[in-house]
Amino acid sequence: MHGHSTFEPKNGFVKWLEARLPILSFSHESFVAYPTPKNLNYWWTFGAILSFMLVAQIVTGVVLAMHYTAESTMAFDAVEKIMRDVNWGWMLRYAHSNGASMFFFAVYIHMFRGIYYGSYKAPREVLWILGVIIFLLMMATGFMGYVLPWGQMSFWGATVITNLFSAIPFVGDQITVWLWGGYSVGNPTLNRFYALHYLLPFVIAAVVGLHVWALHVVGQGNPDGVEIKDIKKDSVPFTPHATMKDAFGIAVFLLIFAWLIFFVPNYLGDADNYIPANPMKTPAHIVPEWYFLPFYAILRSIPNKLAGVIAMFAAIALLAFLPWLDTSKVRSGKYRPLFKIFFWIFAATSIGLGYLGAMPPEGGYVLAARILGVMYFAFFLVILPVLGLVEKTKPVPATIADAVLAKH
Amino acid sequence: MAFMKKFGLAAAAVIGLVAVSTPSLRAAEGAEEPQPARQNWTFAGVFGTFDKAQLKRGFQVYKEVCASCHELRIPMRTLAQPGGPGFTEDEVKALAATYTVHDGPNMQGEMFDRPGRPADYFPAPFPNPEAAAAALGAAPPDMSLLGKSIKYERGFPKFVFDPLPIPVIGTYQEVGPDLIYAVLNGYTHDDDPNWNLYFPGHKIAMPKPLTDGQVQYKDGSPATVQQYSKDVAAFLFWAAEPNMEYRKEIGRRVLVFLMVFAVLLYFTKKRIWADVAH
Repeated sequence: MHGHSTFEPKNGFVKWLEARLPILSFSHESFVAYPTPKNLNYWWTFGAILSFMLVAQIVTGVVLAMHYTAESTMAFDAVEKIMRDVNWGWMLRYAHSNGASMFFFAVYIHMFRGIYYGSYKAPREVLWILGVIIFLLMMATGFMGYVLPWGQMSFWGATVITNLFSAIPFVGDQITVWLWGGYSVGNPTLNRFYALHYLLPFVIAAVVGLHVWALHVVGQGNPDGVEIKDIKKDSVPFTPHATMKDAFGIAVFLLIFAWLIFFVPNYLGDADNYIPANPMKTPAHIVPEWYFLPFYAILRSIPNKLAGVIAMFAAIALLAFLPWLDTSKVRSGKYRPLFKIFFWIFAATSIGLGYLGAMPPEGGYVLAARILGVMYFAFFLVILPVLGLVEKTKPVPATIADAVLAKH
Repeated sequence: MAFMKKFGLAAAAVIGLVAVSTPSLRAAEGAEEPQPARQNWTFAGVFGTFDKAQLKRGFQVYKEVCASCHELRIPMRTLAQPGGPGFTEDEVKALAATYTVHDGPNMQGEMFDRPGRPADYFPAPFPNPEAAAAALGAAPPDMSLLGKSIKYERGFPKFVFDPLPIPVIGTYQEVGPDLIYAVLNGYTHDDDPNWNLYFPGHKIAMPKPLTDGQVQYKDGSPATVQQYSKDVAAFLFWAAEPNMEYRKEIGRRVLVFLMVFAVLLYFTKKRIWADVAH
């Protein structure tokens, strides 16, 4: 998309660089002149918040890595050493562990925003799918990062999750042994998880690059779901308008983040992870981090292991097919009265599944998880395809400028 | 809207029913423990700081009672650190010298015993967990992280309010000390020293460790199990979080900075958008 202004180098050095590597004009086009829809609300600041979190996690993570030891008899003590003796170590570690939670919190809002406003619809399918890939990579990174402190939940969480691969027919057991680097979770597992935990964030950064590239080709969506038609009337330049709005969003987000780090740093973690890993002693309840709980609930609600694993991965993979499962011609949920209702039910279903994932798999919890699991899948496979065909939508404004005018 | 209400109610009903019925089902099975009460701790909340005298008393209880079975894997120098019990460096030096530390090898290749130094960790009462288990039946856990490695189920809706910045009900990070205090006061069956009201399944390997009058405080605090357990719980929370005071102090500054910064950003943003209809 062509922006509000063009980059005109005046300085001699800039001209010289432009002729060789036009990185400054590229940055100007992408982050200054880039046309931003006028009607964006604060849900759209989460893209910037997520970029900030990725950088924050990489910076704290790299420094933590300088003090950490990935060896099964030393890892737990190394983390304690960071907490007690490394200058600002406690802050780095609490920022990194709570940072993972805040990262997922932001990504879930970003995803729900995308679903509500139909951000995945043409021409943004590739942009959306890249997002799903980032989400998957985040899950892998988060899971492996949780293993590194080598506490009880690290060890047993790793055991449960890696064991899922043994459900694969015929080769499952061999694959699991290959993943472990032995016959159970142990030092080789810790070593490779550490290597991958360090590698994957940079893969995420690369896919984020593609995500942003795709975004800059098709342009940002917006709450009214109509494309920019007249750049002057419908949009504002990214800088300073969106930059400053994003900065404010990040500052508010940081307030919550800081509250977690400094005042309730252990709220989101499991107390069991302050007990060193002990392969001889299984914790009473093995519970993953909160951001995996909805999927964990789906996994456990199915009595057959293979079917459970398939359902769990399907629950994530389905997201990638959203552009084709949603048959509605209208993009934004703002103009879809029925969709709106089902969206909030879907959101409640996801939160409900998260709650059930933290509860022991017994009695009424299992039944409730099954009901909510069916509701989760029904949203994608029944509601969205059918709704687009039967729903009577509200009139969509012709342009963003019209939508803004209607509001005032 | 009526449609939405119906669905919402149905979903809420499912979750509500489960939430109500399942714990009562589990209670019916027998082994349900009451929830420990939330105690008043000086170190709770945004402005919480440790009570130095309490930490010193707690250390005394640890040293005279707990230490005979439990390891405390922290360096002794921690005791003189700011934000702790407030021992002087000389006091810690003298204390460390009362311990014997196995060290070596020396230049002759021999292992030897020497008096402890502040940089040493508190020596463990048993050479290894197996020896502890052989002597006591089960290996007592290291106490350095006990203040935050144990928990009890808070349940819905308490867990929702625990992290929120609300005085009295929120900002709850003292699950560990509350449970330690409850367990130490939970030996309510006089005929069974291993029965505990608050321990999962009511069976605890550690027999009642504290009795009234067992530890002589120098500051005139009551020599009761209640006082001992409160002091030692506070001490163990400090041992698990020796940087807590500094953390909260920095945190308060960070919050104030961010609030001012956010307000400035908000008004800057408003100014920039002032002439744009949006």
